[in-house]
Amino acid sequence: MRHTISVLVENKFGVLARIAGLFSARGYNIASLAVSETLDPSISYMTIVVEAKDEKILEQIMKQLNKLIDVITVTDFTKKEHVERELVLVKVDYSAKEKAKLEAILQKYVGKIVQHKDDTAVIEAVGKEQQIKQLLESLRQFGVKELIRTGKIAIEY
Amino acid sequence: MTGAQILIESLKREGVAVIFGYPGGQVLPLFDKLYDANFNFILVRHEQGAAHAADGYSRATGKVGVCIATSGPGATNLVTGIATAFMDSIPMVAITGQVKTTLIGNDAFQEADITGITRPITKHNFLVKDIKDLARIVKEAFYIASTGRPGPVLIDVPLDIQQQEAEFIWPETVEIRSYKPTLFGHPGQIKKAAKLISQAKKPIIYAGGGIISSGATLFLRELAEKIQAPVTWTLMGIGAFPATHKLSLGMLGMHGTAFANHAITDADLIIAVGARFDDRVTGRLDAFAPKSKVIHIDIDPSSISKNFRVDVPIVGDAKNILGELLEQIKKSPDTSSWIKEVEALKKKHPLKYKDGEKIKPQYVIEQIDEVTKGEAIITTEVGQNQMWAAQWYKYNHPRTFISSGGLGTMGFGFPAAMGAKMGLPERMVFDIAGDGSIQMNIQELATCVCNKIHVKIAILNNGYLGMVRQWQELFYKRRYSHTCISGPDFVKLAESFGAVGIRVTKKEDVRKAIEKAISIDNTVLIDFHIEPEENVYPMVPAGSAINNMISGLA
Repeated sequence: MRHTISVLVENKFGVLARIAGLFSARGYNIASLAVSETLDPSISYMTIVVEAKDEKILEQIMKQLNKLIDVITVTDFTKKEHVERELVLVKVDYSAKEKAKLEAILQKYVGKIVQHKDDTAVIEAVGKEQQIKQLLESLRQFGVKELIRTGKIAIEY
Repeated sequence: MTGAQILIESLKREGVAVIFGYPGGQVLPLFDKLYDANFNFILVRHEQGAAHAADGYSRATGKVGVCIATSGPGATNLVTGIATAFMDSIPMVAITGQVKTTLIGNDAFQEADITGITRPITKHNFLVKDIKDLARIVKEAFYIASTGRPGPVLIDVPLDIQQQEAEFIWPETVEIRSYKPTLFGHPGQIKKAAKLISQAKKPIIYAGGGIISSGATLFLRELAEKIQAPVTWTLMGIGAFPATHKLSLGMLGMHGTAFANHAITDADLIIAVGARFDDRVTGRLDAFAPKSKVIHIDIDPSSISKNFRVDVPIVGDAKNILGELLEQIKKSPDTSSWIKEVEALKKKHPLKYKDGEKIKPQYVIEQIDEVTKGEAIITTEVGQNQMWAAQWYKYNHPRTFISSGGLGTMGFGFPAAMGAKMGLPERMVFDIAGDGSIQMNIQELATCVCNKIHVKIAILNNGYLGMVRQWQELFYKRRYSHTCISGPDFVKLAESFGAVGIRVTKKEDVRKAIEKAISIDNTVLIDFHIEPEENVYPMVPAGSAINNMISGLA
């Protein structure tokens, strides 16, 4: 099962390595990771998405995360009400004959063109996992040249 | 003050008296200041010896052990010692030199990313990037090492930080917002535990190293006596409960007593305190204590239900929780028929060995026990020597059995003995060694002789890497692949270091040799030539249920 975990940590060098180490030492791949400073610049907020092959191992990782001296709190959003979003940037073919079709799709889904030059447009989309997935599938026909994702961020409410 | 002076002043403020270490290029400013400082500094002959000695010092005294090494190879040589302390939750502070901050990451001479290397084997580590942080870091390092579930902490101090000048500001208190160990158990959980205990018919206490690190031995004894529950312990829990007590069952697990393994299999309630259901204890998990409810008391939440199911988990310090639990148990269970059952198990499956013409290792340890009246501090190496030392010496006090439990580090016992003796100079300290293990840190004979650290070493010399040979005998058709190991002439070797060597080849000379070793005011190595293919029994084959033991005596 896929878990979205948030970790509040001291904003110091080495902290990310400690956290990543707990996953890698158990052969767990981090599906996505987003890190940034919070309102308090001495604290960073991490959103980690991980595929748990074994829930017991994930429980152990959560406990180990909590044990790290630099970790302030750990929350598994999987069982909690929360809002989650991801930002993607997609470079697609923007030739004259495809323009109208592309714009129609963008109206339907969450994306918008933020930059275009010659035959290429950069689309920005912010949304939930499912929305992003739908958009990317429908963009495939235009020839996706490049795709960058921030990874998921999540907030409790 | 310079960084080196700040470091030394901080160590003084932490009450450090003994330091084990080895100099080098990137700790020159520190060593220059150590020249004038009043520490009892023990120059080891290999940095691994320093780490194990600091660890042994800590295990014997309960204080934080301190070791110092230079950058690069000095630091990496500490690694095994740090990992050993980490696995057994031993408070220790390791200080390493590092190349100048401006050179870090440049593959400078003797540079190693030691904070990176030790990240998974320390409780925490620090790289000092600003001299203004140094005093606070030392304070935090000692605090982190010694509180909660204890463990080793490493401080990496670059050369230029040691040389820079700053004002010395000592933080009197520590405030780490992200580190707040749970010390007191949840009252509701303790009540639940008390209720389970009152209802139990066949309770058993399973005691681990946490009892010793928390200083809870008296409470443990009170609990056992109050509820009349037999007590078994892990390798790390040796000394947590008196071996000669009538409720004592000895060690459980792979080489535990048969009666302890049978008793825990039959129990209806396990009270686990400061133990972590390690695979060497449980054997095959689905067959471990199948009829039992489980109360698990541990300071580390990640130990709870890591390996084994639990009915009532209680997170906190063992001493606090046991104290509270004792008050909450209003009605002690009636365990008289259970105690009779356990007594019968003890009679039916005693711990025994077949004595013979040749010197049996078990006999050697019994003799050491008798001569020292069970009052020595015993350290061990790893393998057969360790298991025999665990089985045949009667430990009645905490901190008298010092052994690498979790990591199983060969070469640990001798430097650890050195550390223990430095911490408690008035005590008799014996390292029970194998001929393989002792060769791994034999260089510390020079340290012992030079500093008059008069420990005694008993080598159980069988010419084999005995435990591996035993497994090869039992599970690999006696194909002794690279386990026959030759050693030096240990007597001459001891003499060449300025120590005393005694060789014993006859059973009747065993006791005399031990008495002689104790009477000599020097480091003494006794080379006991024992039965070469003696095995450690009972034994639970890996992956078997723990009540399914090979006795070897049939």
